[in-house]
Amino acid sequence: MGDNILEVEALKAYYQMSYFGVNREVRAVDGITMNVKRREVYGIAGESSSGKTSFIKVLAAAIRPPLRVIAGSATYDFGGKPTDVTVATPAEIDAIRWRHLSYIMQGSMSTLNPVRRIGRIFEDFAARPLGLSGSAFRQRVVEHLGHLKLPPSVLNAYPHELSGGMRQRVTIGLATVGKPDFIIADEPTTALDVVVQKDVLSLIKNLQTEMGSSIVFVTHDMSVHANIADRIGIIYAGRLVEEAPTRALFTAPKHPYSAHLVASLPRIGDTTQRPALEGRPPSLAAPPAGCRFHPRCPLAIDKCKTEAPPLLAVGPDHRSACWRAADVEPLVPGHGRVGVTA
Amino acid sequence: MSALLEVADVGKRFQMGGILGRQEVRAVDEVSFAIAADKPEIFTIIGESGSGKTTLARMILGLERPSSGRILFRGEPVHHENKADRLKFMANVQPVFQNPFEAFNPLKRVDRYLQSTARRYLGARDKAAIEAAMDGALQKVGLSLAEIAGRFPHELSGGQLQRVAIARALIPNPPLLIADEPVSMVDASLRMAIVNLLKALRDDFGVSVIYITHDLATAYYISDRLIIMQKGRVVEMGPARAVLDNPEHPYSQLLKASVLSADDAGAGNLKPANELLQFSNDRLSRADASRLEERADGRRVRV
Repeated sequence: MGDNILEVEALKAYYQMSYFGVNREVRAVDGITMNVKRREVYGIAGESSSGKTSFIKVLAAAIRPPLRVIAGSATYDFGGKPTDVTVATPAEIDAIRWRHLSYIMQGSMSTLNPVRRIGRIFEDFAARPLGLSGSAFRQRVVEHLGHLKLPPSVLNAYPHELSGGMRQRVTIGLATVGKPDFIIADEPTTALDVVVQKDVLSLIKNLQTEMGSSIVFVTHDMSVHANIADRIGIIYAGRLVEEAPTRALFTAPKHPYSAHLVASLPRIGDTTQRPALEGRPPSLAAPPAGCRFHPRCPLAIDKCKTEAPPLLAVGPDHRSACWRAADVEPLVPGHGRVGVTA
Repeated sequence: MSALLEVADVGKRFQMGGILGRQEVRAVDEVSFAIAADKPEIFTIIGESGSGKTTLARMILGLERPSSGRILFRGEPVHHENKADRLKFMANVQPVFQNPFEAFNPLKRVDRYLQSTARRYLGARDKAAIEAAMDGALQKVGLSLAEIAGRFPHELSGGQLQRVAIARALIPNPPLLIADEPVSMVDASLRMAIVNLLKALRDDFGVSVIYITHDLATAYYISDRLIIMQKGRVVEMGPARAVLDNPEHPYSQLLKASVLSADDAGAGNLKPANELLQFSNDRLSRADASRLEERADGRRVRV
């Protein structure tokens, strides 16, 4: 696998339910192929119900029914034997979890047990994977909290005694105390105030540089991606529609949906009319045929309604799944619709 | 100038703790502003969590009584003992809440909210009048009754649901909407639709909006005037563009410096503005002896 720490190959994960003889299938992840390099921050953007949470559930090896992996693989290389989490046994997953693969969760209030002190929560989560106990473990934790600018006294505090920013730093501390090679961060800063958000983001970035880990960073906020991600993948309705280095995605998007996401960002100092995308994200239980974006796409042609476009290279390190990728132009706010060339 | 809404030296104090160790929290401290009746505008209240912006909104809605100062709507206090007066006031000032998924009961069809609002505030009795009022309000937000009728909240996207919430608020034709973080729970691709809608309400239908947010970028985009609050106090207020282009108070500068910009995408610009944080904390510790000072461009800054 060489340079890649994670390789995802044509991954399909569906929610399959069967009640009273009625079968229902939600195609949450539908053929995603991507990889994450070592020491890379890979941003995943997508709106709610686009399947991004299901995708990272698979990456985090938290595949529980009704979510089932139908096809494809997600293989990690942490030095030894590569682990494909879609087929790995619980023992194999236990061996990588927390030491190599960890997860920063979204709501810090619901992640931390409200009736246990922070120190005990650290023991619950990390003592066994790290193989440490007693004062050795405590010392390791205190040292690690120092990196996150948290005083050792937080170990004696209950979650409700900490501010939102401190709690989020504790969750980041929990996820990173084992110095993992691969971190999945699911909207880690969404619930935070602007000042605290920037602080927490820079902490995550510093930790990542220091430990040399890779991060898959999930958020729907494009301005966060602009500042933390090295590469960005855009997920729409269960499929990866575009993948590019951050700068390229913001300056020269090659999919109408990403062009829209970038153009709709308001900026201080600019009051020109921003476009709003009409329509709603499709239901994954009955996605539209062909390209799943075509009902909302200003560039859609007949071919888009019947044939799904493959994810093809459109530039260095840049892939887009659009039949008309060559016609997509970055939108100048205030001038017509997304991607419409004059 | 006749004022639609006048907020004069309003303060709110909460008591915390028990009989021993009682503490007083000043959630809102001497806030004053007015919204003119003849000129619809988007008035933005910016602040982080704990700045008192939601408490201020609740007081304007008459859900909370100010500890000091007064709030007048068209010259009358917003707090009514009498149920009929209260109803009349509510028809004029309507709220839109943060999370549309929590604002609607998941077991209730969304059009029933619109129906009961029409029945209560417009006094409409027959089905045709109610439906006309519902459809009229939904048209204003870019939806129609045919799309919404019979739908449950889970069948609509967050953006659509938030638009329904705004349509519901518009049924009594209120001159003033209070929107508390209306876009923070809505996806990025739908966010601009809501923000543009608030703008259209002001420009096309003459509705004034009090827009409460922590997002400076959308505030810059739509608001006419704004106030920036820190721990219950107004630190800077004035014309939105002038203030945000060139904030004077250290806290306003800190907020602006903390906004993540997409302009230099990929550059990894994440350095926290620690110096400004220091300045603004210094100012906060001396805030008890401070006051608002007028500036030439119409803004007022706490010094």
